[in-house]
Amino acid sequence: MPGEMAHHPQQRQFNPYSENGGTILAIAGRDFAVIAGDTRQTEGYSIQTRYAPKVFTLTDKAVLAVNGFAADGNMFVKKVKQRLEWYRHAHAKDMPLRAIARLIQTMLYAQRFFPYYVYNILGGIEDDGTGAVYSFDPVGSYEREACRAAGAASSLVQPFLDNQIYFKNQKAAPGSAHPTHLPLSTVIALVTDSFTSATERHIEVGDGLEMYIVLASGSSGQGLEGVKGLRELSTKGEAERVFVIRRDLKKD
Amino acid sequence: MNSLVNRFSTTGAQNELRRAREETEEDDIGDSMWGSVAGFGNLTKSGPTFNLPSVADPTAFLRLHTDDHADPSCRIKIQHGTTTLAFRFKGGVIVAVDSRATAGSYIASGTVKKVIEINKFLLGTMAGGAADCQYWETYLGIQCRLHELRNRERISVAAASKYLSNLVYSYKGMGLSMGTMICGWDKTGPAVFYVDSDGTRLKGDLFSVGSGSTFAYGVLDQGYRWDLTDEEAQELGRRSIYAAGHRDAFSGNTINLYHVKENGWTFIGNYDVSEMHYDGPGNVPGGAPGGYGYEVRTGPSTVAV
Repeated sequence: MPGEMAHHPQQRQFNPYSENGGTILAIAGRDFAVIAGDTRQTEGYSIQTRYAPKVFTLTDKAVLAVNGFAADGNMFVKKVKQRLEWYRHAHAKDMPLRAIARLIQTMLYAQRFFPYYVYNILGGIEDDGTGAVYSFDPVGSYEREACRAAGAASSLVQPFLDNQIYFKNQKAAPGSAHPTHLPLSTVIALVTDSFTSATERHIEVGDGLEMYIVLASGSSGQGLEGVKGLRELSTKGEAERVFVIRRDLKKD
Repeated sequence: MNSLVNRFSTTGAQNELRRAREETEEDDIGDSMWGSVAGFGNLTKSGPTFNLPSVADPTAFLRLHTDDHADPSCRIKIQHGTTTLAFRFKGGVIVAVDSRATAGSYIASGTVKKVIEINKFLLGTMAGGAADCQYWETYLGIQCRLHELRNRERISVAAASKYLSNLVYSYKGMGLSMGTMICGWDKTGPAVFYVDSDGTRLKGDLFSVGSGSTFAYGVLDQGYRWDLTDEEAQELGRRSIYAAGHRDAFSGNTINLYHVKENGWTFIGNYDVSEMHYDGPGNVPGGAPGGYGYEVRTGPSTVAV
């Protein structure tokens, strides 16, 4: 019949989320923490950009990595930084790492009924001078750990870390024990290998690697000398020192 | 009366909706946000406030994006699969939990702390949403401390658990997911209360919660007596979580064991489930000699091939 359209059932949804791929990773040492992420941003099978940072410095001794939905992640980092600035104005000091971790929990849980689609990993130096890593789920449950991988290739990277950091399924040689803390040079090598391997096997990982290193006050930084692409971010006179290593990853 | 109560109650779903509608700005920045306020800067203004999506049915929105039972492809995964138990006996309360967190079939973590230390005398267990349990039991800890300061007396386990139960009940239907046991020692002696996000609150001697609870109950019911010694009770808790870790795919990794006595709780230890299978708890009080696994105890299978 002319003028009459077929009526199909229609459904509308509010879908404010997307998934932007990539992977983040953090490892805590005795007196340092390494926080890393790749810089590729994807949506579906398209690469939106080859340089979108996922790792951000919050204070002189705290670094936050965010992964999941990039828009939520960037907004969340912005708001955390704002709260930390307010804290500085109120208390004339930087917020301690364990307090930043709790702040992130309450900020994520405030969005319990409209969550940020973001997996957070916080790394840095605790007040007692130890390296620390805190990992979060999207609504704020958190835990302090020695290492954690999150994001698209987390299921590729985490088992490697379990084996190399926690020595899972490895037996120590007779009369010796596994080390409880690994040296910085070993950790940097493990992070680099994690990302080159994830790039080989996961399509959403690649392009570039940003690796932040936070050294506790008095740490020698042994293992950083002669590292390619290293740059110091901290200025002289700060107790903790922050470095970044930028590397290329495969771009195909 | 009900509307009057609603109008002046500090938390609750109705209030959340009302507040969200009242808000003209996207964010309400109170003075407390400038300082630290014990890390709960957003809680000081008469209870926490939550941001809601601007849609007709916020609950349906949340379910669409987080419920991984109905839709495995949904983005925001909430952890499931757990075994937790707590029981009351002559010597206090034993609390034992596993440490596995799963997202679908992926083991997201094997080191989760499922016992939440509310204060020196109160423990809460975690089953269901990890964030819901962690956040609200920490919040309960704040309220318990305020009760102490106002009344110069420690809160009873009954009152603490009822505070939590009423709190989660005010959010009923909004998607919270918790199955918890509030355990402690007060004037009345050892106490265990089961509280969940449906609003159920039960007083009892013995509870187990989570996907592995049936396996834990099997061992627990069989070995439970009121006059267990401390060592026997700890061994029963450990053995029950092992059984669940062994038979339930969503439970495992390690066991965390706590004992609540008259002067507060003590952490007994962390035990690897696989090590329990082959070697047992080793040289611990009440520990059985050798592994828990039946092949380990009875020798290799003699079935002809």
